[in-house]
Amino acid sequence: MKQSIFKIVENIALTQTVYRMVLSGDTSDITKPGQFINIQLDGFYLRRPISVYDCDKETVTIIYKVVGKGTEKMAQMQKGEELDILTGLGNGFDIAKSGKKPLLIGGGVGVPPLYKLAKELLAKGCEVTAILGFNTSDEVFAKAEFEALGVKTYLTTVDGSEGIKGFVTTAMEGLDYSYLYTCGPEPMLKAVYNACATSGQFSFEERMGCGFGACMGCSCKTKYGNKRICKDGPILEKEEIIW
Amino acid sequence: MVNTQVELSGVTLSNPIIPASGTFGFGYEFAELYDINMLGSFSFKGTTKEPRFGNPTPRIAECTAGMINSVGLQNPGVEKVISEELPKLSKCFHKPVIANISGFSVEEYAYCCELIDKEEQVGIIEVNVSCPNVHNGGMSFGTSPEAAAEVTRAVKKVTTKPVYIKLSPNVTDIVSIAKACEEAGADGISMINTLMGMRIDLKTKRPVIANKMGGFSGSAIFPVAVRMVYQVYDAVKIPIIGMGGVTTAEDVIELMLAGATAVQVGAANLVNPFACKDIIEDLPRVMEKYQITNLKDIIGGAHK
Repeated sequence: MKQSIFKIVENIALTQTVYRMVLSGDTSDITKPGQFINIQLDGFYLRRPISVYDCDKETVTIIYKVVGKGTEKMAQMQKGEELDILTGLGNGFDIAKSGKKPLLIGGGVGVPPLYKLAKELLAKGCEVTAILGFNTSDEVFAKAEFEALGVKTYLTTVDGSEGIKGFVTTAMEGLDYSYLYTCGPEPMLKAVYNACATSGQFSFEERMGCGFGACMGCSCKTKYGNKRICKDGPILEKEEIIW
Repeated sequence: MVNTQVELSGVTLSNPIIPASGTFGFGYEFAELYDINMLGSFSFKGTTKEPRFGNPTPRIAECTAGMINSVGLQNPGVEKVISEELPKLSKCFHKPVIANISGFSVEEYAYCCELIDKEEQVGIIEVNVSCPNVHNGGMSFGTSPEAAAEVTRAVKKVTTKPVYIKLSPNVTDIVSIAKACEEAGADGISMINTLMGMRIDLKTKRPVIANKMGGFSGSAIFPVAVRMVYQVYDAVKIPIIGMGGVTTAEDVIELMLAGATAVQVGAANLVNPFACKDIIEDLPRVMEKYQITNLKDIIGGAHK
């Protein structure tokens, strides 16, 4: 974990409520896909934990949804403004377990942490398939980016306004995959868990205090013992999850 | 050169800064960030007789200038704390540590304190009679002078180390409780624990926290801490570890002027993991600014 100041390079709307922010600063502690950063905002006591969409040596990209006053404030921030950020938080996805044909499933703002994961899986020679699920076509983002990487990408919308009509589990039917990585709202994770034929890793969300394992605010029970979503997670292995 | 040294019941601290229980775990998360041996001491995660998972989540709610937590004393139980946590802690922290103990009966407090008292690294035992997040325990012992005195006597009987009683602000008269603890043999008072608070989500129209209510901490409660430390300092002769919303070196000096001998930093650690380090490094500058040479000279200074 590292605390440092980042400068906003870009902050643009991808949909009516989802924004992409590119930040430049010290990214050296971001070591695995699926990790998150914790952003301090003027006027707010707690930091905002946001998953990493992509990062390189100089920049980190996040995709976030405006869900409350904090993210509303983030959406109004301009290029050049600075943010105090804790980086390198969370365990991240373990790409070693992927097998040759991993399947990635993201729902809504659960999609972003899968992008860097897809890049790393492709880099190690995997054949990557992704299912990106949204409620409606107005909410869709990142599909073109996944396709541009060379990921075989299926899109689902609940109302059928774009892609396959239904939930991500509809698109899972008949797919052949070696391992599963997923992130999204808990009901989706549970449905994916029940539909999933292989082992896999599931990224969870919880209200956090600190984001780095000190306060025990985001604890959960697993078959491997009590875990902190922020420090021992946010990614849990399928075998340890207790619903 | 300024002198930041203070003394708590015979335990000398190089400076008065102590991370508060429940905001610093057993130290390792922070030891990855900086050398925690610069701290005066630290109070480890509240420990009970039995292992506890704590309350359901969500356990955290944000507030203006603060936060509510309802963790509910999650800890591995006193035996595991002694066999697993303290050996790990001793590798990254080499000074006397403050053992924070909670219980659900007088016997449980005494049981845990007797065990923890034997641990070499424990310098002070901090008895938490003020946790707002567990039913039939914690705070119920801290809301009446008689019950707080009973816990104090039971713990004192089975321990050799200084015993500090950690008091709740959620009472009508904290002074009478502090006095009862002193009369029962307490070596010091820790105060204040969190204030009971609650938030409701306008979207769901339900309480944010699963347990509905929790303990409110953060800079918003600092004036309450100053007021209560000031009142208790007037009424007791034993030292006070002051806490409640401390965020800056200026806050440390203010709370010491109110009557605190040492100062705990709680919620600030969760927002800025370097909060204690920053305060310790800034303390000499602030002391010089206010012409303070010996920090211990200002304890209770506002009462003159």
